[in-house]
Amino acid sequence: MTSTDTPLVRVLEADGTFAPSPASERYLPLIDALTDAELEQFYRDMVAIRAIDTQATNLQRQGQLALWPPSRGQEAAQVGSAHAARRQDTIFPSYREHAVTRIRGVDPVDIIKLMRGVSHGGWDPTDPKNGNTRLYTLVLASQTLHAAGFGMGLTFDGRTGTGDPERDEAVVVYYGDGASSQGDVHEAMVFAASYGAPVLFFLQNNHWAISVPVSTQSKVPLVGRGAGYGIPSVRVDGNDVLASYAVSRMLLDEARAGGGPRAIEAVTYRMGAHTTSDDPTKYRGSDEEQSWAQRDPIARMRAYLLSRGASEEFFTAADAEAAAAAEDLRARTVELSAPGPAAIFDHVYSEPHPLMAEQKAWLADYEASFEGGAL
Amino acid sequence: MSIETMPFSKALNAGLRKAMEDDSRVLLMGEDIGRLGGVFRVTEGLQKDFGTRRVLDTPLAESGIVGSAIGLAMAGFRPVCEIQFDGFVWPAFDQITSQLAKVTNRHAGALSMPVVIRIPYGGHIGAVEHHQESPEAYFTHTPGLRVVSPSTPNDAYWMIQEAISSNDPVIFMEPKSRYWPKGEVELEASALPLHASRIVRRGTDVTLVGHGAMVTTLLQAAALAESEGTSCEVVDVRSLSPVDYGPILDSVRSTGRMVYAQEAQGFTSLGSEIAATVMERAFYALEAPVLRVSGFDTPFPPAKLEGVYLPDADRILEAVDRSLAY
Repeated sequence: MTSTDTPLVRVLEADGTFAPSPASERYLPLIDALTDAELEQFYRDMVAIRAIDTQATNLQRQGQLALWPPSRGQEAAQVGSAHAARRQDTIFPSYREHAVTRIRGVDPVDIIKLMRGVSHGGWDPTDPKNGNTRLYTLVLASQTLHAAGFGMGLTFDGRTGTGDPERDEAVVVYYGDGASSQGDVHEAMVFAASYGAPVLFFLQNNHWAISVPVSTQSKVPLVGRGAGYGIPSVRVDGNDVLASYAVSRMLLDEARAGGGPRAIEAVTYRMGAHTTSDDPTKYRGSDEEQSWAQRDPIARMRAYLLSRGASEEFFTAADAEAAAAAEDLRARTVELSAPGPAAIFDHVYSEPHPLMAEQKAWLADYEASFEGGAL
Repeated sequence: MSIETMPFSKALNAGLRKAMEDDSRVLLMGEDIGRLGGVFRVTEGLQKDFGTRRVLDTPLAESGIVGSAIGLAMAGFRPVCEIQFDGFVWPAFDQITSQLAKVTNRHAGALSMPVVIRIPYGGHIGAVEHHQESPEAYFTHTPGLRVVSPSTPNDAYWMIQEAISSNDPVIFMEPKSRYWPKGEVELEASALPLHASRIVRRGTDVTLVGHGAMVTTLLQAAALAESEGTSCEVVDVRSLSPVDYGPILDSVRSTGRMVYAQEAQGFTSLGSEIAATVMERAFYALEAPVLRVSGFDTPFPPAKLEGVYLPDADRILEAVDRSLAY
């Protein structure tokens, strides 16, 4: 099956026209049920995260961050799926899910802690304010197995599959087209399928794994992989926030109802660099970038909202809200300082460990030995 | 006092059973551990008694076993994973070293990782490639992991329970050549904490130190040395990370000589680390350099040659003689 004859769920054309594709029919009731306020929230979230993402990229350029992986272009895939998840669900992100984490309640400055080099994590996934959002994972696809295991645990504990969608739990795990080649994705799908774990495998196909095109990862659409595991899988236009929302919502609810794992390939595009250390001009042409710029997910939703009668005031307010969020991020980023040197020993183990105690004491003595005290 | 005599593998089985009875969050997972009871029968009967939700015959994928165990631990379980053989742990190496070992640190302590990984290891069983290796140094070199290796049925029974109750990940190295010999198991009270080394034979001339199956070989060497008039003290390290140096240093300070024996290849090994530390901390007590007797720095050879590779009592005694000659 080629890319062109694989069914694709899309309800908004690139110009914002509401024109559901044949594959989207079963999802339309979920879209019809969305209120104006919800639609506007989708838009506000996309605009806000783009502003935050742009700010973070600038902060890196100005030496405030070690690295930043831009999410530009992937806002619809992320915002739609994040709003599809229910309060009780658990999210395993990769490392570019800035919109997802923010919608779940994670403060973007907590992501900055990781990228600024003051923490390997940044937030506490067990703190309710973070919406069951696990930490970013930098080794590609490792988190897919953690998601599968977590989902197995939900099944073993009867925390899912009871038939009550308000309480039954499910898991969303994010990964990309590059990560899809990792063996851990294969093993995660095997385990999730074998134990009927309520896991939604959400693949953002952004077309580039740093410099390697998706055609190197797979000669056929990645959505086809799920069938090999018996995992129902759907291909969705990842730049259409409504399609992303509706398909994620339905598949997650099928998983939580006891249907076992589900998979989505969200076809999107990484409009920016892989990270701030990357130079896309070395491997892709401006024609391609231009063609995807025509399919910008934010412009698409803006046009749709305009067609529904959204006011100029709404868009102005959304932009102002986004600018304020970005400015707030900048202010708090430059205030972030590294923890004291002794912190490196503090959480290597959960229980006391003689080597940690010994080396921590040695470091303190060593630092105290310098004139004027600590380094 | 309730004492029973049983093989090491049965003692492990009894320890696992006790841990599962004591804590309903403990579950076992691995290849062939349920219906079959494991290729070494360590988990025999446990699936029948605890069910398939607590004793999981997993798909055949080691990274999957450890990676999903991490997720299960995040969901509040205490998974005990069995890796079928030492040489099969490598597909899980990334999940063990980059994930399991670092989860607590990455979460600044907000999350603990009570996961045990049982690995049958070492030679002496005449098996094919990948079935006789001693990979412990890869794990002792990894911050965030604890690594232990019992050498007797009693330690097997208690240490597996202590490992399971630890809130840190524990790599539990089982010396597979010791699975069958029997020993006394004291079922009521553990004599030692998990991370303690122990003097298992008293002597005055040379301190012999080792872990796992090598403790038996060291005791054989000590018996032979005694018949030749040399008195050897033997220390079982038990905990490979962290190492409890107290009994080792006490012994070396009294004998002035030390030989470390291990099946693993010697280069950057546990024996190297312990030898260096003993020389740093007991330098003035030493009459001779600390010597090491190890597997050679080659791949583990085909089974017909394992006797050449694995240190035996004679190779240990050769090192004892060299130590005494200083």
